[in-house]
Amino acid sequence: MSEAPADALLRVEDLHVSFATEDGVVRAVDGITYQVQRGRTLGIVGESGSGKTVASLTTLGLTRSKRSSISGRVLFEGRDLLALPEAELRAIRGNEIAMIFQDPLSSLHPFYRVGAQLIEAIRVHRDVSAKQARTRAIELLGLVGIPDPQRRVDEYPHEFSGGMRQRAMIAMGLANEPKLLIADEPTTALDVTVQAQILALLERLQRELGMAIVIITHDLGVVAEMADDVAVMYAGRIVETASAASLFADPEHPYTWGLLKSIPTLAGSREEDLLPIPGTPPSLIRPPSGCHFHPRCPYAQPDHSRIDPKLEPLTGDPAHHVACLLAPDLRRRLWAELQAGRMPEQALAAVGLQGEPS
Amino acid sequence: MTRYIVRRILWGVALLILVSGVLFVMFRVLPTADPAKLRAGRLQNPKIISEIRADLGLNKPLFTQFWLYLKGIFLHFNLGYSYYSNASVKSLIFSRIPATLSLVLGGAVIWLVTGLTVGIISARRPRSRLDRFSMGGALVLVSAPEYWLGLISLYLFAADIGKWKVFPGAGSYVGLTTDPWGWFTSLILPWFVVAAGNAAIYARLMRGSLIETMDEDYIRTARAKGLSERRVVLHHGVRSAINPILTIFGLDIGVLLGSSVLVETVFDIPGIGRLNYDAITHSDFPIVQGTVLLAALFIIVANILVDIAYAYLDPRVRYS
Repeated sequence: MSEAPADALLRVEDLHVSFATEDGVVRAVDGITYQVQRGRTLGIVGESGSGKTVASLTTLGLTRSKRSSISGRVLFEGRDLLALPEAELRAIRGNEIAMIFQDPLSSLHPFYRVGAQLIEAIRVHRDVSAKQARTRAIELLGLVGIPDPQRRVDEYPHEFSGGMRQRAMIAMGLANEPKLLIADEPTTALDVTVQAQILALLERLQRELGMAIVIITHDLGVVAEMADDVAVMYAGRIVETASAASLFADPEHPYTWGLLKSIPTLAGSREEDLLPIPGTPPSLIRPPSGCHFHPRCPYAQPDHSRIDPKLEPLTGDPAHHVACLLAPDLRRRLWAELQAGRMPEQALAAVGLQGEPS
Repeated sequence: MTRYIVRRILWGVALLILVSGVLFVMFRVLPTADPAKLRAGRLQNPKIISEIRADLGLNKPLFTQFWLYLKGIFLHFNLGYSYYSNASVKSLIFSRIPATLSLVLGGAVIWLVTGLTVGIISARRPRSRLDRFSMGGALVLVSAPEYWLGLISLYLFAADIGKWKVFPGAGSYVGLTTDPWGWFTSLILPWFVVAAGNAAIYARLMRGSLIETMDEDYIRTARAKGLSERRVVLHHGVRSAINPILTIFGLDIGVLLGSSVLVETVFDIPGIGRLNYDAITHSDFPIVQGTVLLAALFIIVANILVDIAYAYLDPRVRYS
């Protein structure tokens, strides 16, 4: 326990995950560090392929295979999960750390009743009779707001609606009262109204059960709703991490700016254009040199393709880390220009910089 | 569900009538040989032949003949009488069914168990030496014709002509009730010959199906629950992967019950296939007709059973 900071429930240190494929080695996670405090919520944000899901699956040991290579440390209550043998890790999976997934229909087994799947999740970690487990399963379905759980417990996943399925998945995750729940895009496959219900449910359960949540999403709206802290991932790395309040008020990384400026807000005027991030996420087999974001960054300078930025704390806010080569005062001025409705080129000109044509 | 089953059975009956019609045309209308002459055998004088004609109803119009023939089959299970031995086809078939059932069901158990086991192991270690070896072996067995495998196995292991006299050879079949041990040992070689090709096919099918299933999201969920890998594979993976294979299994059994001609002939097992083969060599049309109709019945019944089984195996399938 001495190695972990006082109250971090989960501390991921310099985690690298790569997979050998026929096209080459994919560096899905390239040295990330973050921590999750007890009872709090961390949002991990990024585009598809930024490594956010792989990082979380690795926490549970679900990326272990002959083709993957994993290094770093994943300390859960001071124990390094990466060093644990499979059997000990299994005792933690679904018990102390639970995970729920994006598409609840494909994530539930189509041939088993919802109740049977819940009972299985309970009995693998608890020495209870089938009858007790069933009672608990019904209780769990009630807890996640499924009406008439006595009856629904005997139904199959295809008889549930999308939102109900995700509730059932959550119930399964909560079966053993985990200390940490990892929710991987839990609302992406759902209707907007149902999304809000699921998020509200997660918040309520967190309050009632006191568990920590890692919510993985590409949706900053979800982060704003749920997270206490945020880590922004890009191309297998964390480029910015801060408390949610600080990240939304003073985002530091151009990628974060891009994410924030590409979501429509009701408050903004209709004339204000959305600013999509140009280009596509880079290949993780041959990632760009220097700052991984430089090919898509409107503010990149010539030397940014050579220098690899480190994730460093801000002088004014030590909890806020950013990996950007632009000078801090320059970043502040650029963000102010963007907030004033300028386009990236105008913002560049306003602060007296040249963009690097890419 | 009940309505669905009833409808399927009615369809099956309609199909059987259709098959009967085709058989009727093949054996009563098309043959150049006169059935009455065949029936008369060596006693070929015009009087006897015309008596037989009247007896078999051959001088009635074709439609009347067909109607009588259908009525006989569906109301009395009357398939006519052998031209050769004069025995009723029905009794011949019934006396032969146990041997065919023994052969096919025993072989099926072997091929299902070995095929699925090899398939599951191969799927869990794709590209391993074991996988390559078993898939290569499967290819050989799939390609080997049944009668060839049968002859080779007799040549190698039969008690009479074999290099290593291990198992009873051709013609050693005895009924289960007469001599259980003799029944079992006489069927060992035929079982393996029936099973070999199918086991190979099933191993490949199971391997492919399971590899695909193990990539499903619900397998990841099962792992995330903290289940052992064994339980993940058997309880979650195999449970899904096995469905298409059981479908094929039902049909294969149906087909084989009606047409295990080669193996029964090579090993001289007195089953339906052997009966059919002998009847063909004697132009004994009523028997051929009866065994073909029986084969059609087996396939139709197997189809209906598979459809019904599917509704139980996959809860998403609900017939209405």
